[in-house]
Amino acid sequence: MKLSGLEPLIISPAANFVNVGERTNVTGSRKFLRLIKEDKYDEALAVARDQVEGGAQVIDINMDEGMLDGKEAMVKFLNLIAAEPDISRVPVMIDSSKWEIIEAGLKCVQGKAIVNSISLKGGEDEFLAQAKKVRRYGAAVIVMAFDEEGQADNYQRRIDICKRSYDLLVDKVKFPKEDIIFDPNIFPVATGIEEHRRNAIDFFEATKWIKENLPGAKVSGGVSNVSFSFRGNQSAREAMHAAFLYHAINNGMDMGIVNPSLLEVYDEVPKDLMERVEDVLLDRRDDATERLLDFAESFVGETKTQVKDTAWREEPVGKRIEHALVKGIVDFIEDDAEEARQQFDTPLEVIEGPLMDGMNVVGDLFGSGKMFLPQVVKSARVMKKAVAYLQPYLLAEKAKNKDTSKKGKILLATVKGDVHDIGKNIVGVVLACNNFDIVDLGVMVPLEKILATAKEEEVDAIGLSGLITPSLDEMIYVAQEMERQQMTLPLMIGGATTSRAHTAVKIFPEYSGIAVHVNDASRSVPIAQTLSNKASHADFKKNLVAEYTRLREGYLKKSDTKEYLSIEDARANKPTLEFNEQTVFKPDFLGVKILEDLDLNEIRKFMDWTPYFMTWELHGKYPRILKDEVVGEQARILFKEANEMLDQIISNKSIQANAVFGIWEANSIGDDIELYKDGEHFDTFRTLRQQTKKAATAPNQALSDFVAPKESGLKDYVGCFAVTAGIGSDKLVMKYKEDLDDYKAIMVQALADRLAEATAEWLHHEVRTKYWGYAKDEHLENDDLIKEKYQGIRPAPGYPACPDHLEKKTIFKILEAEKAGITLTESLSMHPASSVSGCYFAHPDSKYFGLGKIGKDQVKDFAERKGMDFKEAERWLRPTLNY
Amino acid sequence: MTKSLLADEAKKRILVLDGAMGTMIQGYKPTEETYRGKRFKDYPSDLKGNNDLLSITQPDIIKEIHAKYLEAGADLIETNTFNSTRISMADYDMEDLVPEINLRAAQIAREVADEFTAKEPHKPRFVVGSMGPTNKTASLSPDVNNPGYRAIDYDTLVANYKEQALALIEGGVDALMVETVFDTLNAKAALYGIMELFDEIGKELPIMVSGTITDASGRTLSGQTTEAFLISIEHAPLLSVGLNCALGADQLRPYLQILSRASPFLVSAHPNAGLPNAFGEYEETPEKMAAQIKEFLELGLVNIIGGCCGTGPEHIRAIAELAGEYEPRSQQTEVGRPQNV
Repeated sequence: MKLSGLEPLIISPAANFVNVGERTNVTGSRKFLRLIKEDKYDEALAVARDQVEGGAQVIDINMDEGMLDGKEAMVKFLNLIAAEPDISRVPVMIDSSKWEIIEAGLKCVQGKAIVNSISLKGGEDEFLAQAKKVRRYGAAVIVMAFDEEGQADNYQRRIDICKRSYDLLVDKVKFPKEDIIFDPNIFPVATGIEEHRRNAIDFFEATKWIKENLPGAKVSGGVSNVSFSFRGNQSAREAMHAAFLYHAINNGMDMGIVNPSLLEVYDEVPKDLMERVEDVLLDRRDDATERLLDFAESFVGETKTQVKDTAWREEPVGKRIEHALVKGIVDFIEDDAEEARQQFDTPLEVIEGPLMDGMNVVGDLFGSGKMFLPQVVKSARVMKKAVAYLQPYLLAEKAKNKDTSKKGKILLATVKGDVHDIGKNIVGVVLACNNFDIVDLGVMVPLEKILATAKEEEVDAIGLSGLITPSLDEMIYVAQEMERQQMTLPLMIGGATTSRAHTAVKIFPEYSGIAVHVNDASRSVPIAQTLSNKASHADFKKNLVAEYTRLREGYLKKSDTKEYLSIEDARANKPTLEFNEQTVFKPDFLGVKILEDLDLNEIRKFMDWTPYFMTWELHGKYPRILKDEVVGEQARILFKEANEMLDQIISNKSIQANAVFGIWEANSIGDDIELYKDGEHFDTFRTLRQQTKKAATAPNQALSDFVAPKESGLKDYVGCFAVTAGIGSDKLVMKYKEDLDDYKAIMVQALADRLAEATAEWLHHEVRTKYWGYAKDEHLENDDLIKEKYQGIRPAPGYPACPDHLEKKTIFKILEAEKAGITLTESLSMHPASSVSGCYFAHPDSKYFGLGKIGKDQVKDFAERKGMDFKEAERWLRPTLNY
Repeated sequence: MTKSLLADEAKKRILVLDGAMGTMIQGYKPTEETYRGKRFKDYPSDLKGNNDLLSITQPDIIKEIHAKYLEAGADLIETNTFNSTRISMADYDMEDLVPEINLRAAQIAREVADEFTAKEPHKPRFVVGSMGPTNKTASLSPDVNNPGYRAIDYDTLVANYKEQALALIEGGVDALMVETVFDTLNAKAALYGIMELFDEIGKELPIMVSGTITDASGRTLSGQTTEAFLISIEHAPLLSVGLNCALGADQLRPYLQILSRASPFLVSAHPNAGLPNAFGEYEETPEKMAAQIKEFLELGLVNIIGGCCGTGPEHIRAIAELAGEYEPRSQQTEVGRPQNV
C-alpha cells in the first residue's frame, strides 16, 4: 500500500507495523478536545507535531464530538496542518463516524489519505456509494466490521462481514485490494462481563483469517480500546497494549492507532504482570480478570500490601458494608446484611442507609477514575446479593404494612444506531438493587418504541444511553418527539459521549419536561428517586433550569453564530430548476378523488417488510433477514404469522383501507405554493426554506422550488393525498387484548402501519402512472419503490423536508379527507393512527431533503404568511428553531 | 486507462508534444485590438493578455501556430485553453465565455490536426485538451497571517474543471491533460471532476497529468516530493504522468528519473527552454535543448516529450528528429523500486 503526505509512505509486506498517532482525536484525548473546543489550534498543532516526532507514520484525526461542529473543525485543522511541513509530511487518517465529515476532510488533503471508516452499517448501497467516492478522492479505506445488524462481536461475524465487504469492494467498486484495510473491532477485555472474555482472541483469529483469505487486505485497529476498563492505570494499560500488539502483529495486524510515544516494549513488561495480562487477553483462566485487577492495583499506588487484610472485619457494620462494596467482596455480605437488619427498624432502611452509602462511595471513586468498570460491576454484584438476602424481609414488611406503593419504574434503552450497552446495563443493575422496576429495551431502540413502551408501562422516567457520537443526535430527536407528543416524563441522559454541557445546550431546551444528564450509575439512584416522586419535579426543574441556563449561555457566547443565513439570503440562494415541456406535466386528471375499500391483496404487494421486523426488534433487511443466522428463525416465524394474519384480515374484511388524493394547477410565489381551481386561487401551501449556511455550490431549498414560479407564466401542478389502513384495526386490537393476547394485538398494529405505508406507495404509483400520468411507462420492482427510484416525491408533514405539521390542516381541508374516514386530532395527529398524508411533486429534479434549523426571521415571515400568531407558529415549529 | 489509438501509438514510438503557445502568440505582437476583435470591441474590461480568447477573436493565428508545430513533427498538439476556467477567466470578467472558448479552441486544433493526418495517414496526429492549474491553490493560503485560509475550495475546482473538460470533449479532443500542477489538491479536484464527467456522459478519454517541480528542492509548490505527487494521483486511470515547466531539461532530469522508476503509467516531459534570463527571456537554443533531451532518451525515461515556456517549432523539430531514433520507455520498471518503511 502506498500513501502520501508531502512525502511518500510505502507499506511493503516487509514492513513490520505502522504506527498511527492517536492523540489528535477528540474522542480519545481530553486534552486535544479541550484545545479544539477552546479554539487553541496552535497548541492542537503541537499535539500533532509531537505525534510525528514521536514516531507516528500516519496521524489519525477525529473531530466527532456532539458539541463541536465536526466538519468545520476537521476542515480547519487539516488546512492548518497543510501549512506545517513537519506535520504534513506524513499521511493523515480522516476519522469520523459521519460521512459528511470524512468527505469534507478528503477535500482538504493533497496527499493520499486513509478514510477511517466506512462499513455496511447503513446497507450495501450506501457502502458502495461511499467506497466509490473514497476511490475517486484517491484515498485508502478502513472498513469496520459492522453491518446492518450491528457491530461484529464474535469471530464468525467478524470474518463474515469482512469477507462480504471485501467482495463488494473488489468486485463492484474495483477498489484496489492493497488499499483495503479492515478494522475487525478491538473491544475491551477484563470488563468483568462474561461475554467479553474472548474479545482479544476473536480479534487475533479474525486478523489471521483476513490475512490468509483476503489477498492484499490490511488489518488495523484502535489498540487502546482493549484496556478501556483500566482507565487511570497507565502502567497496566501500556502492558496490555504491548502484549496485545505482540499477539496481533504475530497474527498479521499491519497498522494500529496508538500513542507512539507511549509504546511499551513487550519484553520490558515485568514477567509477572505480563503473565496476568496474557491470561486475560488469551482467556487462559477463569479468574484472569480478578487476578489482573488485584495485581494492577499495586501499580496505582493506592494500596500497598494486598496480603489478605482482614483488619476491616473489626470495623462497625456500616464500614464493613462499604468496604465490601468498594472491594467487591461477597464473602461476608449476607452476615453483614443480617447484622444491619437487626440494628435498623426496617430492611428498607438497611438498603437506603449503609448499602446506599457504600454505593455512593463507589460512585465517587469511579467518577474520579480511582475505580475501574469491572470493579463497579463487582460492587453491583455485592449489592445485588445483599438486596436478595433482604428481599423476603422486605416482602414481609410490605405485607405487614399493606404497603402497595412502588418505588418507581424506569425505562432504559440504548438509542437507535448504537449497540453499546455496558453502561446502561450497569445503571440497570444499580437501580434494580435500589428496588426500582427496570424496563430494559436493550440496544438500537427506535424512539417510537421507547415512547410507546414508556406510555404502555407507565414508567416514572426514561433513561437513554449511547456511546457513539451519532447517538447524541438521536437523543435530541427523542426529546423533540416527547415535546411534540406533549409528554411530561423526566428524561435521563447517560453514556460515554454524553455530557452535562451537551444535555444543557442541545437536549434540555428541546423538551419542556425534565431532561437531565446523569454522570454515572451511582448518581442515577438519587436522581431516579427524586424523579419518581412527581411532587419533587417542580423544585428539581427549577434548580436544573438555573444550572443549565448558565451552562448554555456560557456555551453560546463562545460558539460560532454565523452558521445561518438570513431568510432573504437563503431565498437568494435557492436552487434553479428548469421548467419547460420536459419537466412540467399536465395531469390527465384534475380535482379530488376518493378511492374506498381498496383491494388489500393488491396493496400488500407494496409492503416494505423491513420496518415490520424492526418493530419486533429484529434488525436486518427483508428478505435477507429471513436467512439470518441469529434472528432468521424468529424472523421466519414472524413473517409466516404476519402473512396468516393478513390472509385472515383480508378474508374477514376486518380492516378497511381508503385513500383520497387531489391534483390542482399550482404556481410558486416565493416560498408559497398557490393552488388554482379553474384558474381561481383557492388555497396555499406555505413551505419552509433551509437556512443553514451551505458549502459553496449547494442551494438553500424549499419545497416550493419544485413548482414553476408564477412569473414564469407556465401552468404547473401539485397534488396531495391522505390514506389510511386503520379502519377497523382498533376493534381488532381490542379483541386480542381482551383475550390477553398482546402478541397478536401488537402484530395487528404493526401490520396496519405497514399497510398504510403500502397504501401510500400504491397510491403514488397509481398517480404517477394513471391520474397524473407523467410516468406511464414506469416499471419498477417493489424494492426500487422502497429505494425511491421513481420520479417525483411525496413529502409528508412531520418528516425532514416538511417538519411543520401545520400543512396537514391544509391537506385535510382541501381533500375533505374526513369523507374517506380520516380525521385530524387537535394535536394534528391523524386518526386512525395507521394513516399517511403528504404532497406530490412531479418535477424530475424534485428530491427529498432535510430542512434543518430555521431562524426567527423565517418564523416571523411564516407566521405573517399564514396569518397566525408568532408565538403559536413558534410553538408548532419548536423542534426546528435554531434559537 | 481506456483503450485508444493514442495509447496504441505510444507503445510503438516516442510521441512528440508541441511547444509553447504563449511564446508563439507573443511573436505576433498582439495589441488590445487584436484580442478584442470585432466581437468584443466594446467589452468593458481590458482583454490584452487573454491568450485563450484568441481562439474566438483570431482563430487564424491559433490555427497557424498549431500548423507550425505539426509541420515541425509534433504528434500531439495542445489546445489553447490553459487558462480557460471560470476561476482564471474571472480576471477578464469572461466567466460565461468558458464553454465557448474551450469548444472553439478544441475545434480549431481538431481541424488542423485532421488536415495533417489526412496528408500523412501513417503518422496520426492527436489533440490534447490543455487544463491549467488555475490561478488559485486549494492547499495553500495566499495570506501568510492566516495559514488556514483558502482562496478556493475543492468543490468549486471540481465544477470548473468539469465544465472545461465537457466543452473540450464536445470540441473533439483525443485526450485531456491536467498540466503544470503546482498544487496536487487542484489536480485531484480536476481528476475528480473528469471522472465524474466520464460517468455522466458514458464516455472516457485518455487522461494525462503533468506536475511542476518549482525549484531545486525537488518539490511541487505545495511541498510534495515527486514520488508523493505520483502516489497522490495514482488512483486515476491515467495514460501518462509527467513533469513540465519551471525548469529546463537539465534541472528536470533527476526528478524525471524518480518518476520514471515509480510510474505505472506512461511518462511525459515538456521542460522549458532553460531558465529565463535577467530579462525574463528563454534563450536556450534548439540545439542545446535537444542535447539535454538526448540524455532522457538514452536513459529511456520518457514516452512523450515536448516543450514548455520558451520553446518554439524549431525546438520541437530538433526534439522530434531525436525522438525518432530512440525506443520509448518500457513499462516494466515496477520491479526493483526502492521501498521505504
